[in-house]
Amino acid sequence: MAFRMIVLVKQVPDTKNITAQAMKEDGTVNRSALPAIFNPEDLNALEMALDVRDHHGGTVTVLCMGPPSAAEAMREALMRGADRAALLSDRAFAVADTLATAYALACAVRHVGEYDLVFAGRQAIDGDTAQVGPQLAGALDIPQLTYVSEILGVGDGRIRARRLIEGGYEIVDARLPLLLTVVAEANEPRPRRAKLAAQFKKARTPLEVRETLAFELDPEKGKPDPAALDQRAAQPLADLEARGLLIPVWAPADIDADVERCGAKGSPTKVKNIMSVVLTAGDHKTVEPAREAIASLMHELSEDHVLD
Amino acid sequence: MPDHTGGVLVFAEQDGGQIAEVSLELLSRGRELADALGQHLAVILLGHAFTDQPQQLIAHGCDVVYTADDPRLDVYTTLPYARVVADAVTACSPEVVLFGASPAGRDLAPRVASRLRTGLTADCTDLRIGDHTDPVRKTEYKNLLYQIRPAFGGNIIATIVTPNHRPQMATVREGVMRMPEPDPARTGQVVALEVALDAEAEAVTVIERVKAERTVNLKGAKVVVAGGAGVGSPEGFELIRELAHVLGGEVGASRAAVDGGFIGHDHQVGQTGTTVRPKLYIAAGISGSVQHRAGMSESGKIIAINTDPEAPIFSVAHYGIVGDLFEVIPMMIEAYRSK
Repeated sequence: MAFRMIVLVKQVPDTKNITAQAMKEDGTVNRSALPAIFNPEDLNALEMALDVRDHHGGTVTVLCMGPPSAAEAMREALMRGADRAALLSDRAFAVADTLATAYALACAVRHVGEYDLVFAGRQAIDGDTAQVGPQLAGALDIPQLTYVSEILGVGDGRIRARRLIEGGYEIVDARLPLLLTVVAEANEPRPRRAKLAAQFKKARTPLEVRETLAFELDPEKGKPDPAALDQRAAQPLADLEARGLLIPVWAPADIDADVERCGAKGSPTKVKNIMSVVLTAGDHKTVEPAREAIASLMHELSEDHVLD
Repeated sequence: MPDHTGGVLVFAEQDGGQIAEVSLELLSRGRELADALGQHLAVILLGHAFTDQPQQLIAHGCDVVYTADDPRLDVYTTLPYARVVADAVTACSPEVVLFGASPAGRDLAPRVASRLRTGLTADCTDLRIGDHTDPVRKTEYKNLLYQIRPAFGGNIIATIVTPNHRPQMATVREGVMRMPEPDPARTGQVVALEVALDAEAEAVTVIERVKAERTVNLKGAKVVVAGGAGVGSPEGFELIRELAHVLGGEVGASRAAVDGGFIGHDHQVGQTGTTVRPKLYIAAGISGSVQHRAGMSESGKIIAINTDPEAPIFSVAHYGIVGDLFEVIPMMIEAYRSK
């Protein structure tokens, strides 16, 4: 039995490298200024989908909402074996909280068509909320299984899986269509396949193609006459499409999304303020890393009844 | 449904009739928030065949307990719980709804928020009532819930608000809020809810549940010795364990150490791990990100050991040792043993 599967992925800022310079006035992170990586647990989600395809057949479509540069994540997914990838990218999607993100992704999922399984990583390393998966399931009105560590069996419109719970695990039986969020413990994501890497290295979004050609037509500013650019880009875009190397980019209109429910407009939560954490040299007692000083410290802790 | 509009509603998580500690902790802050709003504090409890749980919740500070008692709610699955909670919220319109950020809470709260099309902030380290002015429209809002949490690698503390949607929802991890002192003489109302479910209960069936007793009791430990990235390896943690054992304490870890595979997540201290308040916290080889500090900064005494004198951990330490933990810890063990 073949499964029609969709995997949601996110390209995330490398959060270990965020500094005050990367912050904008309105309290949001200037993501385009940071090195971006494929969200780790989304790789686990993709792996689980590819594994189901290996064993039972089917298709794996990868969707991502992000800035134009998230095309990189789409190429990465294709190189690891996804059948299709599409990027949701538009100003209207930007500055979305988890509810607005889930809404846009749900519109994209419905646009892809009928599906059996939707996979997402448990959480993204920048927000750490673990909310988009469940809220996407809510927007699609399908059951959800979070913290999935293993798919144990499939059959008859249902799936059996192991999921992690507080202090242990449970084995559950769930009906399809279904959304699963996948934990890092679930699997080892497969690397890129050499042949696919060579092939999909050349995959591009229409925007990337146009940007490159824009500089060809206007080397100084990269802002040629739009009609000239359209003409110049027509053949390369058609070629890429014919070779299955054109990564579609969707705006709200392409996926029947109501712009009032996307992006900042569609976000009930607002950032009131951001405080940069200013580190003051706290009033601490400096203790030398030497026998006597340490012994003195331990003695003091005992005297103060901090230690028994 | 009695007219109990407004107020603060806390979701009380239970497993086998045992109410989760995080739910009780939420009642203490819930009480403060309700008082600041001049409104009541309610709890919603789902499950089957309750005995003294409603009274236990009232003793911990709430004014009313809404119970949803149904065999289909005996074991947690998402859809039946989300439906019952969302229906109750729609009926009594609380200002604020709080969930513990346990695995079940993180599965349920976003589903409820989605159903109600409202805002939710995860893993709040603080919750307060305050005013807000929209920066663009200049609209003024009074008495909003400030949902406060570290974000983006821990370099910032964000205050998030939900100005135009209700309820305002937030999740909080265990140990962040204090456990209230129960008062068995407290009285309150218990209201039984009608449970309306359609096909929700058939979507997911739990075949088997396996729970182990907690092996790590970080929250109750008087002494915590925690290792970070500086420990370098699982083998390196042997030294941390030795010091913890000698001092009669528990072993903790930073997220970096857990992510690095040096030790299990049960030992993680911090915003996405456990919050601890031991008498003594020793941070060895831990840089001290905001997320980590959020989980231990209220410890009685804090000793930081790090080779980097600029490490942020020193800003919360009472005693700072700039040195190699592999040299310093053996000295501590020797000094303690020979006293």
